[in-house]
Amino acid sequence: MLVAYALQQLINGVTLGMIYGLIAVGYTMVYGIIGMINFAHGDIFMVGSFLSLIAILGLTALGISSVPLILVLTLVFAAGLAGLCGWTVERIAYRPLRGSFRLAPLISAIGMSIVLENFVQVSQGARVKPMPQMIPGGVHLLERNGFQVQLSWMQMAIVVTTLALLAAFTWLVTRTPLGRAMRACEQDLKMAGLLGIDTDRTISLTFVIGAALAAVAGLMFLLYYGVIDFYIGFIAGVKAFTAAVLGGVGSLPGAVLGGLAIGLIETFWSAYFSVQYKDVAAFSILVLVLIFMPSGLLGRADVEKV
Amino acid sequence: MSPPARPRHRSILADAGLSALVAFGLFGAMIGLKTDAGATSLILTPRPLAVAIAVAVVFVGRLAMLGWRAARPAGTPTPKRLGAVMARGGRVVAPVFLVLAITLPCYAGRYYLDLGILILTYVMLGWGLNIVVGLAGLLDLGYVAFYAVGAYSYALLAQYFGLGFWSCLPLAGLFAACWGILLGFPVLRLRGDYLAIVTLAFGEIIRVVILNWVSLTGGPNGISGIPRPTLFGLTFTAGGGEGSFADFVGIEPDITQRFIFLYYVILGLALLTNWVSLRLRRLPLGRAWEALREDEVACRSLGINVTVTKLTAFAIGAMFAGFAGAFFATRQAFISPESFTFIESAMVLAIVVLGGLGSQLGTALAALVMIGGGEMFRDLAEYRMLIFGGALVVMMVLRPRGLVSGRKPSVSLGPARQIPVELLTEGHG
Repeated sequence: MLVAYALQQLINGVTLGMIYGLIAVGYTMVYGIIGMINFAHGDIFMVGSFLSLIAILGLTALGISSVPLILVLTLVFAAGLAGLCGWTVERIAYRPLRGSFRLAPLISAIGMSIVLENFVQVSQGARVKPMPQMIPGGVHLLERNGFQVQLSWMQMAIVVTTLALLAAFTWLVTRTPLGRAMRACEQDLKMAGLLGIDTDRTISLTFVIGAALAAVAGLMFLLYYGVIDFYIGFIAGVKAFTAAVLGGVGSLPGAVLGGLAIGLIETFWSAYFSVQYKDVAAFSILVLVLIFMPSGLLGRADVEKV
Repeated sequence: MSPPARPRHRSILADAGLSALVAFGLFGAMIGLKTDAGATSLILTPRPLAVAIAVAVVFVGRLAMLGWRAARPAGTPTPKRLGAVMARGGRVVAPVFLVLAITLPCYAGRYYLDLGILILTYVMLGWGLNIVVGLAGLLDLGYVAFYAVGAYSYALLAQYFGLGFWSCLPLAGLFAACWGILLGFPVLRLRGDYLAIVTLAFGEIIRVVILNWVSLTGGPNGISGIPRPTLFGLTFTAGGGEGSFADFVGIEPDITQRFIFLYYVILGLALLTNWVSLRLRRLPLGRAWEALREDEVACRSLGINVTVTKLTAFAIGAMFAGFAGAFFATRQAFISPESFTFIESAMVLAIVVLGGLGSQLGTALAALVMIGGGEMFRDLAEYRMLIFGGALVVMMVLRPRGLVSGRKPSVSLGPARQIPVELLTEGHG
């Protein structure tokens, strides 16, 4: 029973961690390049989740019955529109403030987060949106004393999709001209600009890619929990940011590792201690990591130049 | 006017058309297809008209913006001097506002008194946070936690020990200050955005604990029946009667009297906050805060004790939030965790930043604009926060330095000179 229960929590935790990891990638990339916390990123995740819901309902209404087809189309639709949303947010709220004093982009980001949250609330209603399960069933791994350990197809789909996306993204960052430009901007924005990199375009694309990944996480969240509302972005955003910090801001593998750690800690905390205080657990980890290990698990130590 | 005017018009049109296209992409699904609860599952309700309106608004708005930009002859100076004018005009404006504030109960009705109380609460919170963010340069996104500590201190002390408002007020400030030090200690080494996120996390932790510690705080139901403040033992009940203010003075009991009393209490508390922070600025401690804001490394090398300096900023800022919290509890007579969400912290921070960091007058004006302006949009209910968020972004893009954006040294050798915005740089804090 004990082992089986723990194994089940491990599976659930990894699934949750994958979702956090995907959101955390967006935080870590943006922070790496322009050194700001994109406060609205959690809300982009929420917007992606709503776009997915709309797409699934719309495609079903159009008479498409194949579940894989619906999911693939939804993923493309949500990722594309969320990417557009990320581009718009950067263009409106952050680009005019580049080079402004430090607090300005953060306040602007908080404003954008409030706008997105309330835009969805106004346009889609404040009610919780339930969704029937789309991928039922799974594999029974083992059974002990009547407790079944189940790995659902849904969880498998989430883990596989996340890993595939991260692999594609890693390829993008390490092997393509865009990735090279992104890494150059991360090292030194001004120097990259002097060497002929279109920094504005690179930053825009970073936002688009981050938003698209967050939208995929939103789709997974919708499918996994089957219920969303306009407020999910705030808590998920803070937790994903915690994941990014835990893994070391600026590091891609770190973001995924941090996401996994946060997902596991939250799941085990809920399973063995208290569900009500699971957010306290995640926030406390954030505080502890920043105090004792500010550069995270895989991050570089921040050297201060005077 | 000149020959290339035509293609310019065409490019403006193209740009506006592109914006409309982007708007269609953003709004097409979100506004155009509303998810509604159907018979068995969610169904989609199409709203093409709403999308058309939204896209048209974006198109016309973008067209007007570009047209205005193009029509303005090149080289027109933008009114950048507003900040300097505001700072200089402060000498005249501040006393006028003070007189208006003191005499408000003479000419304003109950609604405006209540609004005045609300605005002054935020003015006080803004001035308190100004010490932390504006003077010491420590970005605090969890300021509402101390507000909550103050409010719950008074509510719980009144509930369990039957203490009154005036004896609880200093205690609430003291508790909040203790929490300020407690939370300040671990974050001493953090700076900038990291500090902001950790304070945000602290604020959320306190809220979640209040929400779930049902046996002590009543959880989501909150605490009701918090006693109202008294004036040397005289109560302000609507019915009057023995021991009430109306009975003592010998006038007709009226509910407005309580509003006037509460108004003067918060006015006094806010002015106290202002006076204390203005005096503190001139002390070595206040000067250390401002030095810390500009450059922490230089501070260290000059022998300033950074730990003590930061902790006192946290503690004093938190103390004023505690006072404001106790006042909030007694004004509402009911508190619940809902009043202490992150959005409150964002609101107070927005007031401080819009006011121009470190400016006392700016903070008061910003609170007046934001809270008073928010009240005007009350009828729009759910659109109110949408407008608030949009206003934050627009304000930052147009005036990132706030209303009163110049900075004058608090202490100087010889005549103090206004430091122009262009020369200001923020430290790491």
